[in-house]
Amino acid sequence: MGTYIVRRLFIAVPVFFGITVLSFLIMNLAPGNPVDMLINPNIPKELLELKRERLGLNDPLYAQYANWLSGVLQGDLGYSFSSYAPVSRLIGERIGPTLLLAAASLLFGLLIAIPVGVISAVKRNSKLDYFLTGITFLGISIPPFFLGLGLIYVAGIQLKWLPTGGMTTLGGDGGAGDVLLHMILPVTVVGAAIAGKKVRYVRASVLEVLGQDYLRTARAKGLRELAVTNKHALRNALIPVIAVVGAEIPLLLGGSIVIEQVFQWPGIGQLTMEAILSRDYPILMGLNLIAACVVLLTNLLTDVLYAAADPRITYG
Amino acid sequence: MMAREAMPKPMLQIENLKTYYPVRRGLFGRASGFVKAVDDVSLTLYEGETLGLVGESGCGKSSIGRSVVRLERPHAGRVLFEGEDITHVSQSELRPVRQRIQMVFQDPYASLHPRMRIFDTLAEPMIAHRLAKRGDVQAEVERLLQLVGLPRAAAHRYPHEFSGGQKQRIGIARALSLKPKLIVCDEPVSALDVSIQAQILGLLQDLQEELKLTYLFIAHGIGAVKQVSTRVAVMYLGRIVELAPSESLFRQPRHPYTKLLLGAYHPPDPLLRGMDRPIIRGDMPDPSRLPPGCRFHTRCPYARERCRGEDPSLTNDEHAVACHYPLA
Amino acid sequence: MARLLELDRLRIAFRTEHEEAVAVDEVSFAMRRGETIALVGESGCGKSVTSLSIMGLLGANGVVTHGEIRFDGSVITSFGETEMRRLRGKEIAMIFQEPMTSLNPVMKIGEQIGECLRLHRKCSRKEAKPIAVELLKKVGIARAEAVAKDYPHSLSGGMRQRVMIAMAMAGNPKLLIADEPTTALDVTIQAQILQLMKQMQKDSGMAILLVTHDLGVVAEMADRVIVMYAGQVVEEADVFTLFRDPRHPYTQGLIQAVPAVDGAGRKRAQPIPGTVPSLRDMPEGCRFHPRCQSAHDRCRLESPSLQRIGGHHSVRCWAAHSSSLAPEELPGSGPVMNL
Repeated sequence: MGTYIVRRLFIAVPVFFGITVLSFLIMNLAPGNPVDMLINPNIPKELLELKRERLGLNDPLYAQYANWLSGVLQGDLGYSFSSYAPVSRLIGERIGPTLLLAAASLLFGLLIAIPVGVISAVKRNSKLDYFLTGITFLGISIPPFFLGLGLIYVAGIQLKWLPTGGMTTLGGDGGAGDVLLHMILPVTVVGAAIAGKKVRYVRASVLEVLGQDYLRTARAKGLRELAVTNKHALRNALIPVIAVVGAEIPLLLGGSIVIEQVFQWPGIGQLTMEAILSRDYPILMGLNLIAACVVLLTNLLTDVLYAAADPRITYG
Repeated sequence: MMAREAMPKPMLQIENLKTYYPVRRGLFGRASGFVKAVDDVSLTLYEGETLGLVGESGCGKSSIGRSVVRLERPHAGRVLFEGEDITHVSQSELRPVRQRIQMVFQDPYASLHPRMRIFDTLAEPMIAHRLAKRGDVQAEVERLLQLVGLPRAAAHRYPHEFSGGQKQRIGIARALSLKPKLIVCDEPVSALDVSIQAQILGLLQDLQEELKLTYLFIAHGIGAVKQVSTRVAVMYLGRIVELAPSESLFRQPRHPYTKLLLGAYHPPDPLLRGMDRPIIRGDMPDPSRLPPGCRFHTRCPYARERCRGEDPSLTNDEHAVACHYPLA
Repeated sequence: MARLLELDRLRIAFRTEHEEAVAVDEVSFAMRRGETIALVGESGCGKSVTSLSIMGLLGANGVVTHGEIRFDGSVITSFGETEMRRLRGKEIAMIFQEPMTSLNPVMKIGEQIGECLRLHRKCSRKEAKPIAVELLKKVGIARAEAVAKDYPHSLSGGMRQRVMIAMAMAGNPKLLIADEPTTALDVTIQAQILQLMKQMQKDSGMAILLVTHDLGVVAEMADRVIVMYAGQVVEEADVFTLFRDPRHPYTQGLIQAVPAVDGAGRKRAQPIPGTVPSLRDMPEGCRFHPRCQSAHDRCRLESPSLQRIGGHHSVRCWAAHSSSLAPEELPGSGPVMNL
């Protein structure tokens, strides 16, 4: 297993390189540059040109890229074009909240999806199954931002039960309880979307396992139906779900842009939005780097978990 | 090779065939070893005969069949069909060969397209190989169905509407649709009830007579092999251990493995029960870690010192055997 | 008489939304303790359904619509799920045709056997471990300690069937139902498994209900044989009588269909023409008549009953009835209705 992980990391190096080249190119293909985005008409043209020169925007693309890459290899992600703060600090401040939201949502989503999927499969074609399937469809078809706004309106503005946005109360103590309270709405929204997508996977996977011979063996042993389902069926049924959940994680980070806007969550999503609008190349490249890491690592993690869960799979 | 007057033309020659599967390990996934599924096998199939290939699962018999129809690329050695080397020819050159060598599989259901009517299953290869004009296809399909003992109406049904035996008849009809000369039958009756096995075996024999077919008949069921084969090759761990005319092999097996294999068969007669039937000990060894010397020595009741060190080769006579101490 | 198991005019149907298909029709037989009975027939004749009904594992759509099953003095067809569960794996154990897929791929062998021990011998997880290893040794598995810690995929088919047998023996069952236990195995391994089953029976005194279509296995193992066709018992006799003097054309056909391995030359086995009729399409009269070489008019119209033609030999065939002197109608074989 150790050598397998090392091998995978080796393979990741060129992939990583490719991703940065591509994203650098695409970013520069987009019209406008950081200086154009400074829309103060009072700044004289000469000054803008000087700024362009200083930021290195007049260099050829390959030189800009080489410059950036050499910085990265030395552990320096550069400085923001607009705030001049180091990119690593900007991202470092924001990544915590995003990860917190993503992890909590994923956990919440799976806590709903797995039991609902199992019940749906065990009681297949019953009224309960149809009901749960119906709810699931709702979960998939309502866009998260819409559900988010609805919940903000009902729970936040009308009932005043929950805060409508942010991660802590302004002027409050910012303690764990406060953060938890602020998390309820965004986690519900993102978790519901995840649950909606995963219920059907779990249901299909359990259904397939329920037809297997070893479940008949388990019943023939005299096990209770509950033990048959939870002990024998579930462990097998969740193996394929691992892959689907693994693929969900990068999407979750991408999707955070919208949700963090809706709930004013101080995470990477908001940072991304701001950086895109101001064409802040160093921040965008830094974010790309993080995204690439996440994708490659979750893929690796998925494969490792797969092998851990299924003894038939060995990497060597 | 053997001098044979009665058997006129070699149809298929397998020469020193090796089919290995790499076992990958280590940092860069280099093959650290091989599962030697077929390890230096030579066989000649003569026109009109049925060569039975028998052995336990995992002995490599199916790999030979798959190498013959080029579903698998051999690691070394040659396969000659009617004198022409087909081991390394390109896909396009393989097309006419594919038409003349067909395969019948163990699981007829898995090998039939579930959403294709039988008519299309049978007509498609004929059209693809331009063996029938569009106008003649209908008549040709009907002829095939009749040949394998199915009603004409079967053409308009789907595979799931048929029983196991009927599906295997369809599988045979499909193989016949290209008018092949050689059919590789890979465990064609193993999935069927004994009563139905007899139907299919009888059908294969009738078709052979009628259409002058040559069969490579791969099976683990000794009874089935005995019924259809003119010659029989017994395989163990990638090697042929005995090769002889059917009669001679069943009357007087010379390799201990063959003898034990035949002895393991339970005859349908309760008066013969509980006879001191010699039972082969244990399982077949892991094919990626072959035992030294004779490959069977780990399970052989007659093994001696020489068997542990020296690998016996197949003799060159009519009743060939690969054993240092063949049974009399 | 010490009867362990009795099936009394058992009728089993499978219900779908629109229809009801009778898979097992008026099947009666009795089994003594320690006896081996073979239930024989082609696939689709109802033998597996019969054996699953004894376990109470017919599934959601299968129902016993008529008759009863008695086991060790109790009518188990009236048992609830909880009572049935106490029987399964303890009093009645079962092994299946596909050893490759019958074990849970993600559980260690020792754990899977241990589960039975904890359930039926009320031992703790810790106590179960050495007993599981002991059971593995008993079924002839070398390196039992290592195998107990292994997962099923690393074992061969024969080894897995041994594990299944070890699991079945965990509850010290009075009855072992073996559904085609050797069909998926190589002949060499088949012989090993049959010998092992005999050994286990000798040690424990359990009865074996052997479900199979392989008459070689029947001849090797059975004391008595029950031949089923299209959901009905068509012949019942002790194994020697059945092979010496099969009276039902179906039984005769099954015996002749087995290819001979001894003797010289290519000899053709005699197939039974046609196929088992589907449940929805049962022929009128004797259910076997469309495939029967010697069917006459009466067979096409009237359904024969299962009649005793001597000793413990019963047959459901008009020709066999008329040739024996005074056939005696068996209780419980009643006039047979067509669907």
